[in-house]
Amino acid sequence: MDDDAKLIEFEAKIKRGEKIEPKDWMPERYRKQLIRMMSQHAHSEIVGMLPEGNWITRAPTLRRKMGLIAKVQDEAGHGLYLYSATETLGIGRDEMVDQLLEGKAKYSNIFNYPSLTWADMGVIGWFVDGAAIVNQTMLARSSYGPYSRAMLRICAEENFHKKQGYEIAATLALGTQAQKEMVQNAVDRYWWPSLMMFGPSDKDSPNTPLLMKWKIKRKSNDDLRQRFIDLTIPQAQRIDLTIPDPDLKLNKKTGHWEFGKINWDEFYEVIRGNGPCNKERMTARRKAHFDGEWVRIAAEEYAKKRKTNHSNNN
Amino acid sequence: MADKKPAEPRSDRRDSQWLLWEVFTQSKTGLPHEHAGSVHAPDAEMALQNARDVYARRGPVTSIWVAPSDSITASTSSDSQPFFDPADDKIYRHPQFYKVPKGVKIFK
Repeated sequence: MDDDAKLIEFEAKIKRGEKIEPKDWMPERYRKQLIRMMSQHAHSEIVGMLPEGNWITRAPTLRRKMGLIAKVQDEAGHGLYLYSATETLGIGRDEMVDQLLEGKAKYSNIFNYPSLTWADMGVIGWFVDGAAIVNQTMLARSSYGPYSRAMLRICAEENFHKKQGYEIAATLALGTQAQKEMVQNAVDRYWWPSLMMFGPSDKDSPNTPLLMKWKIKRKSNDDLRQRFIDLTIPQAQRIDLTIPDPDLKLNKKTGHWEFGKINWDEFYEVIRGNGPCNKERMTARRKAHFDGEWVRIAAEEYAKKRKTNHSNNN
Repeated sequence: MADKKPAEPRSDRRDSQWLLWEVFTQSKTGLPHEHAGSVHAPDAEMALQNARDVYARRGPVTSIWVAPSDSITASTSSDSQPFFDPADDKIYRHPQFYKVPKGVKIFK
């Protein structure tokens, strides 16, 4: 069968709603787009540990500390699910890790913003994980089997992240005046970057039509962003926090919230590496990786030693 | 003050990702083990520990298997048609193929 015939069969399969599995034939572009999306997604989980790791030692109570540690550990696990799923496309994890450490790979812009106060832990869980759930619920229906299965696993765990975040935000919002100001300030800083997490507007997203045709993505950036806004505003209203957008208003006809203009210049600046924390994040990640080298070597030596002992005993 | 050491590799040793292991988890005793994903580890014991940390951070998992990825042989989708064909034309493997006198209850 030639490639044209294979492509027709591949697209028919996707149209029928069947999943594509690692050993199935797929167009090179499908493979490349998936490697790009999934490895970026994996890197985002890994780098996403940094802003929150920053607050583990300063969590206000033991309960909060346990929750935050568990959440950060989940992010490491999610990174590993995603690297594992991406490896099924024929790229090694070492190659992906190198791309990240050499600054060649992208990860979500949101993690290039600083986590300045404890309230950020609440708002990151609530907004950032909330946005991730909206995106990942869509990706759980992706046409690539391993990606879709990794997403199902992740979505089940992210719900705890969002809820613990909202609990922190709600507790502060109902607390003292100073606590309320602190959480409002976190909302002010994180609202717009959270909306940018869904990526450029559909008209500026050249990959979207193909990604949707091949059902790698099932909904467009703008649709997902709208869904996130519609879900989040009532949650903010309930705890009396103000979303920093004077143009926000409910369109009674459509049931959707209309919102102001997103500052895309800022989005592209951060992608180009000029966000507030790009350098700090990469330095921290490289340091963690290279500092961990002795652990990797020790594990390898231990395995070798056990193997030798084992064969000597036989 | 933060550590000012430059973030560079400490040795020129290539960063090994070790062997790849496929992970299978069982969510309840009596149920089959199901493929969960994969982990990297230098030996089986550490693969099992990594699999627990990655795929069983919260329940329900009652048992884990790990197997070296390269020891698994799988059918490919390109030969799935002829490979599974023999199963399609044996209607006599199904109960519908057999007729019994009306009114007789065979199954209950």
